[in-house]
Amino acid sequence: MKVFVAIKRVVDHNVKVRVKADHSGVDLLNVKMSMNPFCEIAVEEAIRLKEKGVATEIVVVSIGPSTAQEQLRAALALGADRAVLIEFAGELTSLATARLLKAIIDKEQPKLVILGKQAIDSDNNQTGQMLAALTGYGQGTFASKVKVNGENISVTREIDSGTQIVSLKLPAIITTDLRLNEPRYATLPNIMKAKKKLLETVTPDVLGISIASTNKTIKVEAPAVRSAGIKVKSVAELVEKLKNEAKVI
Amino acid sequence: MTILVIVEHNNKVLSPSASNTVAAAAKIGGDIHILVAGYGAGSVAEAATKIAGVSKVLLADNVAYAYQLPENVAPLVAELSSDYSHILSAATSNGKNILPCVAAQLDVDQISEIISVESANTFKRLIYAGTVVATVQSTAAIKVITVRTISFNPVTTTGASAIIETVSIVHNNSTSNFVSEELVMSDRPELTAAKIVISGGRGMQNSDNFKRLYALADKLGAAVGASRAAVDAGFAHNDIQIGQTGKIVAPQLYIAIGISGAIQHLAGMKDSKVIVAINRDETALIFQIADYGLVSDLFEALLELEKLV
Repeated sequence: MKVFVAIKRVVDHNVKVRVKADHSGVDLLNVKMSMNPFCEIAVEEAIRLKEKGVATEIVVVSIGPSTAQEQLRAALALGADRAVLIEFAGELTSLATARLLKAIIDKEQPKLVILGKQAIDSDNNQTGQMLAALTGYGQGTFASKVKVNGENISVTREIDSGTQIVSLKLPAIITTDLRLNEPRYATLPNIMKAKKKLLETVTPDVLGISIASTNKTIKVEAPAVRSAGIKVKSVAELVEKLKNEAKVI
Repeated sequence: MTILVIVEHNNKVLSPSASNTVAAAAKIGGDIHILVAGYGAGSVAEAATKIAGVSKVLLADNVAYAYQLPENVAPLVAELSSDYSHILSAATSNGKNILPCVAAQLDVDQISEIISVESANTFKRLIYAGTVVATVQSTAAIKVITVRTISFNPVTTTGASAIIETVSIVHNNSTSNFVSEELVMSDRPELTAAKIVISGGRGMQNSDNFKRLYALADKLGAAVGASRAAVDAGFAHNDIQIGQTGKIVAPQLYIAIGISGAIQHLAGMKDSKVIVAINRDETALIFQIADYGLVSDLFEALLELEKLV
């Protein structure tokens, strides 16, 4: 079966971002960018499904500026078969992203779509769910284990109070939690091979999809800074301070 | 303006997150209705009628809603939505699962995990693992919003007397089925509502050592949390992970033991009132935000703490 993986180019998770002086956004100039960690897990899961003989073709899709080709090539080097870039340089909301992904899905008809549960920049945690609602497919969000059984997929989900298993009819949408797998690294020969794999580029206009949004970010700012307090010398001093100074125990 | 709050429950007990979500709704202003979608959930609806500020409780009681599958609940909410200006839920795993489906069905953008209400259409939320505050405005006819519960003080859950109205709409999809669940039972206070949280990290070295945190937690009436490193290493179950991708807590006292303080962890606890860090490494990032820091071997510190509290 054909498996679709959506990936996002985001600021590397180790970077501490800075807010622009005019509060219009975050300064992304000369900042290290990477594949969103949850998307890496999505790619890895698709590759494992292929290694098990469940997936026959892995198509990796990204929506972003032309530089997002780097992340698509990275996914190809890991084992995806081909890539589609929906080229768009501005910011997109999760709903616009889901609409664009649906347009590609309508065309390609994959059996399974895997996304990360959230992007570490917007922290929205919306796209997979919105895509499920738009396509009418079942959703298995925050997946820590997936198993394809014929025309169904069983998904173990991480929920607040433990775990839950749901069974979805294929085609279905999965979003990955951190515990789903440990992504592999690309080897140099595979990075070289990935350069020859097909990477198709389309634009939202060509797909005929509106990216209009009902949300507008009107300001971004740094949160109040919490400064370091004091160092205590002993546990006894710590307990004394918590009891008498902070009065929290 | 009328606001619909979708509450979380297990068909018997209403989740405490409901009163925080209603608090956010009250800040927006207007009539507040609650939706209880469940199966055999009469007692939940009854409890919901008592929440301060709520005028009506809608009860959709059907086997299709027993496990609150988004494929069933989202179309129900979408069908009810025309009467409402705002649809809210707590940003719990359930709320995060359902609300974006509702938003997509209504063709509007959602606003996730708001931390404050600036006006009926303007909200603040955190992005980039809590390192940036964004003010977001919505022009949607129906605003679909999840609420970060720790940012809103709960309203009282007694005294009110809303009416219960039965909703007979049933959506029962054929694309998804509940199979089973494994819930972690604990006598300790619920992590996101606890006054004191003791968290362990990779420094705990193994799960036996990690269990020592529970002994201390019991003495203090605290909940126990963990860093991602501790969960990944198998010391603790994932449902107690605190951070950007786990739970967000803001207790009176947060004690971080053997936790270095990565951005992703700080995202889940830096709004705690008092932060204590115990770590052997004096350069650990956690000391940069701790009110009280102790550079010490954590096992020795634990032993002494157990004696002194």
